[in-house]
Order: sequence, then structure tokens, then C-alpha cells
Amino acid sequence: MQKLINLTIDGINLSVPEDFTVMQAADSIGISVPRLCFLKGIHEESNCRLCIVKIEGQNGLKTSCSTKVQEGMVVETDNEEIYENVCFNLELLAGNHKFECWKCSRENSCEFLDLLRRFNVDNDFSNLDLFAPKEIKMNKTSDAMVIDTSKCVLCGRCVSACEKQSGLGILNFNHRGSETYVGPALFHNLEDAGCIYCGKCIQACPTGGLRAQDHIKFLERALRDKEKVVICQVAPAVRAALGEEFGYPIGTNVEGQMFAALKKIGINEIIDTNFTADLTIIEEGHEFINRLQNGGVLPMFTSCSPGWINYLEIYYPELIPNLSSCKSPQQMAGALIKTYYAEKLGVDPKNIFSLSIMPCVAKKAEATRPEFGRDGYRDVDCVLTTREIARMIRHRGIPFRDLEPMKPFGDLSRYTGAGSIFGVTGGVMEAALRTVTEILEGKTSPIEFKEIRGLADIKEATYKVAGVDVNVAVVHGGAGIKAFIKHMKTTDKQYHFVEFMGCTGGCINGGGQPIVSAINQEKYDVRTLRSQVLYDIDAKTEFRKSHENPAIKALYSEFLNEPNSHKSHELLHTVYRKRSFYEVEKK
Amino acid sequence: METKVDITNEKIDLLYAEMEKHKQKSGPLMPTLHSAQRIFGCIPIEIQKIISKELDISVARINGVVTFYGHFSVVPKGKNIISVCLGTACYVKGSGGILDTVSHELKISVGETTDDGLFTLEGTRCIGACGLAPVFMINGEVYGNASVQMVKDIIAKYKT
Repeated sequence: MQKLINLTIDGINLSVPEDFTVMQAADSIGISVPRLCFLKGIHEESNCRLCIVKIEGQNGLKTSCSTKVQEGMVVETDNEEIYENVCFNLELLAGNHKFECWKCSRENSCEFLDLLRRFNVDNDFSNLDLFAPKEIKMNKTSDAMVIDTSKCVLCGRCVSACEKQSGLGILNFNHRGSETYVGPALFHNLEDAGCIYCGKCIQACPTGGLRAQDHIKFLERALRDKEKVVICQVAPAVRAALGEEFGYPIGTNVEGQMFAALKKIGINEIIDTNFTADLTIIEEGHEFINRLQNGGVLPMFTSCSPGWINYLEIYYPELIPNLSSCKSPQQMAGALIKTYYAEKLGVDPKNIFSLSIMPCVAKKAEATRPEFGRDGYRDVDCVLTTREIARMIRHRGIPFRDLEPMKPFGDLSRYTGAGSIFGVTGGVMEAALRTVTEILEGKTSPIEFKEIRGLADIKEATYKVAGVDVNVAVVHGGAGIKAFIKHMKTTDKQYHFVEFMGCTGGCINGGGQPIVSAINQEKYDVRTLRSQVLYDIDAKTEFRKSHENPAIKALYSEFLNEPNSHKSHELLHTVYRKRSFYEVEKK
Repeated sequence: METKVDITNEKIDLLYAEMEKHKQKSGPLMPTLHSAQRIFGCIPIEIQKIISKELDISVARINGVVTFYGHFSVVPKGKNIISVCLGTACYVKGSGGILDTVSHELKISVGETTDDGLFTLEGTRCIGACGLAPVFMINGEVYGNASVQMVKDIIAKYKT
């Protein structure tokens, strides 16, 4: 039983556990102390000084996020002194902020703007010539991400998120005092700074200082181009989170409305990346069986997550032979859209605009890899994040909540439950096991592999398949990847198959998903709620194993012949390359 | 003002040897940066990468420390380092004028290095010689009760 501490906040007596901060205590009775830099468990360094409170008997104002409760403490969260101080601190921050709210990626999720509204802050400092304006630095040459120091409030949340969640520490403060800015060392270009584009920094940022490259305009132009047929694929995890942008609770499945909204935007053909997730399982499953039976390189690593691919190519290139040669579902879909599907529709591939809606920032960079295209066109022309498509839906005034749910038609939109759970950590492995065990044992296999579900950074299990003990592991998040590979290199245990995802929780928590405010990140278990959506879809689909998908069977009989055939190698498999970072001559 | 950093294998070996010593103690980053600054005259990204790998600290974090402290530099400093004290006592006694003179004479501003790599100009905080204000230093040697003419003469001496 934890010891309780009695204190008084704004005249209310309460008892809270002894390890609570004053901020947590206030939260527990519904008093919301303003905060900007605080991100529970990730960044608790009291930089912003907006959560200040008065504690009786103590000099000055204290930051409630870092002050522990004490017996008999009397706290005031709001008085004239506190109010004036919070307003002044906000005014100083506003004085250095470039307000472009109408075109900011954080139009509806800016914690800074919320605070300026809440305190009705005058923005006098930017109009006075008292201070030299801060130099604006833009780091925007990467295909995936932009750092814009004119929006940065120097809270440090991204710096901590990068260190703790991705385990990389790509971002940090440069210089000091009024010249401080956040970015890679010396604002080196991001694509050569070792960044894997997981986007944890974007999710941590309270403003628009870090954002995904905005590609909405590409789609807007394609929609107005009469020559173009716009074909769109949607990733499994998008439907589990898109609703949050329209006021639905975290963990609402909006698949039907999502498709209806895409149709309303003017997309000509909709397919489902869940379908190519099934296809990935067939290809990757057969590749694994082949490696297992013919002495190939083991353990085999999954290759669906571009954040993970970046991680491996940059930091552990010696392990590239372990990677499955399968393209990610996005790129498989892209390749099929411009070949198989183009043929079916009778459209010249040159006139197809292949759009992809992804929960991911790294997918933007993946689509631009030179090997992912042929005859002068790209397999995927444009990648929009969940947030970007939500913005488009909002900007067009589409009444998302009132839309009649729709199902896409066409062969490439049929999927099984196995394809659906690709978007969550453990899902790719579970989907693969459903198929691999059945092929190897030649009889109906179990469907659910619950040992590899859940949010532990590293999950391990051993399954007996056709008399052989198969050691599998599931790893997600940069920090987990680092720890696992270190472990793998020193242990005697022979792993056979390992699933990796660049984001903690998997795609449902991808860098392109809707932003969850710091307060809600603390309040809800976002990853579990979103994962549940995908597991629920899985549980109620007609087929739950990828190889049972009738559209997959048709694709092989009509087009690809058999798994790992010559044709599928040409279209669905790829190669990887060693990369380095901070190559100064490239600056 | 791009002066080439002299990164030889001997110097890198020396850095590794010193890092090995620093790693025995907790908090090896600061002493390592001091070593690097001494060995190479600056700590460019190439050197930060070596340190990053060896100490398992990200390049961005190392660079954060390097750019935070005035003592470290990412570009090479000149052969002679002129530091003009801008502490309160020196400043009211006219060190601002001395700084301007050096800047004018050498055609560089604070933090920069002359094209020939001979001089770097720095403005520094109080160096604890307020009784001699205004003061400036060349390569650590303190010149007190300085005047504009005095600094001109001394620069001329170092030029030859």
C-alpha cells in the first residue's frame, strides 16, 4: 500500500500517493495547470515555466511538473502573480514564433496556440523593435521531414523523444542563449544525419516546428489533371486513427467513412494496402520456408517498416543479408497498380497517379527510392499521412461524421484478418505464422498467437512447427531495436524469424498518425486502443489467413504464377544498400 | 576563411589513446572534448563522429556541447588567439574600442579567423584581471592597461 500525502490545492483538501508531483495532484481533481514542455515519461525538465504555482511558505513560483507533493502543502494554482507570469512567458514565446496558422500542419492540434487562446495573450513583442528577430532556419531537403525553427518554442520535447523513443538522438540543441536552435548537429541536412524518419519528434512537438513534408498539393494537381486516373491505397493503421481528427474517441474504426471520404475527394479507384499485406505474407512466408529448409541466412528479418529499413541500412548494414527481400506492402501495391491493375483497367500506367495514405513519415522517403519505379514512372507517386488526408477532408468541407460508410470494390481491396493486423507490433509475425505453420504442417493451424501481442519492447516465443522449434521475436521502436540487436549479437540462442517495426507500437503509432496532445498521451493508452481496432477487424473478417484470400489466389493464377516466381521477384522484391551519415563532403 | 583542419592518423590515434583514459571515469565527454580541441585545434563533425562511436553518445548531443561552450570550436582557430575581455570593468574602461580596433586591423569580426590563418578574434567574459582593465590576451598572455595604440603595436609584432 502506497503512502498517501495530504495537501491542499486551491482550497481543496486531497490525498495523493507520495510520488505524485503537484501537477499530477492538481490533475487528479480536475485542475488543469497550463503546460507546454511537459510530456509524461519522455520530457519532464521544466523548461517552459508555464506550469508555475505558488506554494505557501516558499519563495517565488515553483514549476508544478517537477515539484513533488509534501505533507501539509498548501498550493495555489491561480492568482494574479501566477496569471501575469504565465501571460508574460507566453508573450515572450509568441514574440519569437512565426504565425502561419492557416497553412500550418498543426492547424487543429497546436498546444501553443491553445495556450495563447486560453490566456488571450497579446502579441506585442513581435510588433516592437526591441529585439532582433531570431534567425529562421529551414531544414527541408529530406523527402520526408521538415524542421522549421521559426515555429520552435525550444521546449526540448523532440530532443527527448528522439533519444528515448527512437534511441538515436538525432536532434539536439545547437549553440546557446538567444541563438539556440534545435536540429541535427550544425543543422546538417536531415537525410544525412542518421534519421530514420520514425516521426516520434513530430508527435512530441507541441507546435509545427517539426512536420512531415507536405504533399497535399501533388494530389490537388493530379485531381485536376483530366488525363490522370488517381488510384489510392490505404494502410491498415489509418482507419484505426483517422477518426480522432474528426472528434471520435481514440480507438474508433472509421474504415467505411474513410473510403467514402476518399471517394468524395474525387479518387477514382480505391484499393487496400491490407491486400498487399496479405501478398507480403505469401512472399515473405515462402522466402522464410526456403531459408529454413535450404540453409539460408537466419534469422530472417521482416522488411515492411521503412523506419526499420532505414535503421538497419544506416546502423547495422552488416545485417542486410538477414532482411527479407520482400518490398513493403506499400511498394508491392504500387508495383501492382502500375502493371497488373493498369492492365485490368485498360489504363496507360503513365496516366495513373498512384497515391498512398500512410500512418508513416518514412513511407514518403521510401516511395522516392530510385529502385521503386520503372520505364520512367514511380510505383507510388505521392504519399500522404493520415494527418494530411484529414486536413484535405476538413478543408473540402466534407462532413466526415455524417458520411455513409462505403466499401471499396475491385480485386485489390479484399483482405483477410492477417493483412489487417500488419499495422500493429506483432501483427506481421502473427500473420506470417498463420500461413507458414499451415504450409509446413500441411494441416489447419491455429489462428491466434497471443504471446507476441502487446506492448513490451521485445517479445519472444518459440513455436513447434512440423517438429522444429522455431524461435521468433518481435521488436518495435528504435530503442527496442538497439537493445535487441545488441542482445542478438551476444546470445547463443538461434533466432529464426524476427519482426521489426521502427515505431513503438507499430504503424498504429506511426509518425504520420493524428497528434495526441501531451495531456491525452498521459491519460489514454493510445497504442493499445488503436491496436484493438485492428484486432477487432481481424476477429470478424471472413478469412483470417493470408493464403485464404480469394483475390490473392486470383492474382497468382492470373499474373504471378507462384510465390517467389520470376515475375514476383521482378515486381515484389528489392535490394538494400549500406548507408552512412554525417558525410561532411556532401554538405 | 576556410582553414583546412589537419586530421592525421597520428592525431586520431592520440585522441583514441586519451579517450581510453577518459573512459575509465564517469562523464568522459567533457575531458574528451578538451583533448580533441587541444589535438586538432577544433572539433569538426568528422571528429565528433569518432567520439560519438567511441562513447556511444549521439553526434547531435556532442555538437550541442561543443557549440554551447565558447572554448570549443567546430572550425579551426588561427595560430594566435586574441581574446578581448568584455567583462563589466574592462568594458567601461573601453575594451569595446580595443575590440573594434582589432576587428578593423584584421578585417574579421568576433569568432572569425583571418584568411592567412594567423589570428582568431574572440570576445571573452571577465578573466579576473579587473585591476588592469581594460585587458586583452594573446595566446593566454595577458596585456593590461591596454590602449588602442598598444594593441596595434602588438598585432604588428605577431604579424612578423
